[in-house]
Amino acid sequence: MTFPVFPHQASRIAIETDRIYLGLLCLSVAVCLVVFVPMIFFLFKYRSTHPADRTPRRLPQNKIEITWTLIPLFVFMAFYAWAARQYFEIERPPPDARNINVIGKQWMWKIQHPEGNREINELHVPVGRIVKLTMTSQDVIHSFFLPEFRIKQDVVPGRYTAEWFKAENIGTYNIFCSEYCGTSHSKMIGHVIVMSPADYQTWLIRGQPGSTLAQSGGRLFLELGCSGCHIGPSIVRAPPLDGVFGKPVPLTTGDVVLADEAYLRDSILFPAKQIVAGYTNDMPTFAAKVSEEELLELIAYLKSLGTTQ
Amino acid sequence: MITAVPQTDIPRPSLAPRRLSNYFEEGGRTLASWLLTTDHKRIGLLYLYSIIVYFIIAAFAAALIRIELITPAGDLVTSETYNKLFTIHGTLMVWFFLIPSVPAVLGNFVLPLMLGARDVAFPKLNLLSWYLFNLGGLMALYAVAFGGADTGWTFYTPYSSTYSHSHVVTMAAGVFIAGFGSILTGLNFIITIHKMRAPGLTWFRLPLFVWSLYSTSVILVLATPVLAMTLALMSLERIWGLGVFDPKLGGDPVLFQHLFWFYSHPAVYIMILPGMGVVSELIPCFSRKPIFGYHFIAFSSVAIAVLGFLVWGHHMFVSSESIYAGLVFSLLSYLVAVPSAIKVFNWTMTMYRGRIYLSTPFLYALGFIGLFTIGGLTGLFLAALGVDVHVHGTYFIIAHFHYIMVGGMVTAFMGGLHYWWPKITGRLYPENLGRLAALIMFIGFNLTFFPQFVVGYLGMPRRYHSYAPEFQIYNVLSTAGASILGIGYLLPLIYFIWSLKHGRRAPSNPWKATGLEWQTSSPPPKHNFHETPVVTEEPYQYSPVPEQRLIYG
Repeated sequence: MTFPVFPHQASRIAIETDRIYLGLLCLSVAVCLVVFVPMIFFLFKYRSTHPADRTPRRLPQNKIEITWTLIPLFVFMAFYAWAARQYFEIERPPPDARNINVIGKQWMWKIQHPEGNREINELHVPVGRIVKLTMTSQDVIHSFFLPEFRIKQDVVPGRYTAEWFKAENIGTYNIFCSEYCGTSHSKMIGHVIVMSPADYQTWLIRGQPGSTLAQSGGRLFLELGCSGCHIGPSIVRAPPLDGVFGKPVPLTTGDVVLADEAYLRDSILFPAKQIVAGYTNDMPTFAAKVSEEELLELIAYLKSLGTTQ
Repeated sequence: MITAVPQTDIPRPSLAPRRLSNYFEEGGRTLASWLLTTDHKRIGLLYLYSIIVYFIIAAFAAALIRIELITPAGDLVTSETYNKLFTIHGTLMVWFFLIPSVPAVLGNFVLPLMLGARDVAFPKLNLLSWYLFNLGGLMALYAVAFGGADTGWTFYTPYSSTYSHSHVVTMAAGVFIAGFGSILTGLNFIITIHKMRAPGLTWFRLPLFVWSLYSTSVILVLATPVLAMTLALMSLERIWGLGVFDPKLGGDPVLFQHLFWFYSHPAVYIMILPGMGVVSELIPCFSRKPIFGYHFIAFSSVAIAVLGFLVWGHHMFVSSESIYAGLVFSLLSYLVAVPSAIKVFNWTMTMYRGRIYLSTPFLYALGFIGLFTIGGLTGLFLAALGVDVHVHGTYFIIAHFHYIMVGGMVTAFMGGLHYWWPKITGRLYPENLGRLAALIMFIGFNLTFFPQFVVGYLGMPRRYHSYAPEFQIYNVLSTAGASILGIGYLLPLIYFIWSLKHGRRAPSNPWKATGLEWQTSSPPPKHNFHETPVVTEEPYQYSPVPEQRLIYG
């Protein structure tokens, strides 16, 4: 029988989180000693039947109170800052990451790789490479929890959330859904499979996806009729989409928004919400026509469009 | 603390027993005399009976959960049933046991006595609160009996508003209705404390229990309406597709979390502040010392109540809330830990040069300090942003809040119940059994919940019907602990009932305690005092010398 205390440390983030955890553990032990040692001593020394000096002493009460207010305050602030720094590290994906899409659904995880590979409840990644997950849900809120990497992020319907990690070792690690999502919540589990770069390449090719995510998106772009207005000469004027991703977009309201995933998603589902300056809203909604997977394909396609105009 | 005027004539009616001088006899013993009573003491007892019923049902759900979790496979009940069990457990325990436990039972009983008042400010409103509370409770039980809800006590959208196929609206309606009882109780207490204090009982002569009830009442009045609105919006979306929270209808599911925790984080303090108040009564009494740092403890209650409103976002660090919001909420969460630490230090310091009697209520107070300290310290882990990303939504948080709510609040409730039992019933409970039960509860509690910190850090998510085999050993320990804890709860239930008939008769002041509630007979007459007491001294005027004979100790 074993009593494991720490999950495996699969990333540098995990090592640092454990360090803060141990720091907090030391702080806790110290506070317990400060409280419990005098308490037990008093219980023994001043128990009712025990003779002891009980003459009341005038203590400098305010000084004592200020001391035990300020010392914890400063110590707490130090831990606050330490953990906050780690949070910034965890929450902000580095720029040069490999993007993989995750779609949560009662009760499975659907994964889309940029090369077009798709998998369910398994996430194959190359070792030593920063992986950024772009996540959404097609029904309720889920949470993508990788305990060995000490990270989790809620997967929320109607928005894209992100989570990143860099696996340090080859191996298989847990994926748990950690936001209650209904009947089979505890079955919404899977594995991260960390492979060597060569094995990963082989795995990608063996999957024979046929077309990349962006290519699938391009096909959809034609099938849904988007290209009719957004590309080439057309009676309906629509903003050109080449190189739009990541650029500021001026709106009719005078605001300027950044064309990120959320903006593109909203523009497809709720075209009337944000109208590009110089245009009128002639676009129908595609809310009931495209699935979350297809939306991500379309976004991958739009991202792939260069600035060739 | 208190002397009555004239000083030579401290009212001690119990010394000259008159048959009709207590609240059990006055007004009659009929069912109607209880169901239509406006006596705060009887209403306190009505609350006690009701919360015991809800507690037993919720504890039964917990027992089934713990038995299910002995093995990694979900093999005892189906997933649907399991999800309903933890929903029943959480909903009933939070709203129908913990929130009313100390305020509505002990608070109702002793607050007017502590103030030297005949009753609360609005006795009829007080009875109405009890009826609303039970109307809500019966609604929740109706939902349970006819299939239950499976949303968890948190009712997160859009699962609750759109996807769940269970009795969500009925369950929420139960909580909604009971909330009005909470609001009215809070209102009643605030006004009572402002307007009904005995002559000479200035704010800084109030027992600290009153300060904690005051802070709690402010939270009840300010926060509960937000819960009511939130649950109403959720229900309207479920019934008519209102579109506030479901993104498919143009809503925002995370908004629900903001609204829910804006109530429910302060509610966490509803579930601990009154317990701190009880402990602030017990520590000086059984240490025979004035409490150390009276003003600091009193104002720390207020500080907790105020700061408690500003930390709700720490439940949402991984919800997709802005990381800058996370920074602020984490900072405020660390700040709110400071007043809690101040209380613990002051309680410990009170024992210095005291004369300590290890009676049952004091054992509970010590248990409270120990368990609350661990609960509070693990709160620092959860408030730490980078660490919370890992432990959020795991058994770590389950262990943490059980240390606060059960280790803290239930322990304090048991301590208070033993302390005031002679006053409430006029009978003494068996002391040795009392100490034994306190010990069993302490051991059982730690064995149940300490392993959950470890298994939480290992990564076991909460609300999992089946789990990975590497988590099993800690779940087995937890279940073993829960069975011990169960015995710890059963024991007082038995000996308290036994003591009603067979316990020794209690004197007016078995603990030689200060505080107006001990100046009247046990049990008190219907209108509490034959003469309105006048207060001329500071609170907690205990002295460690010479040795005093308490009834037990």
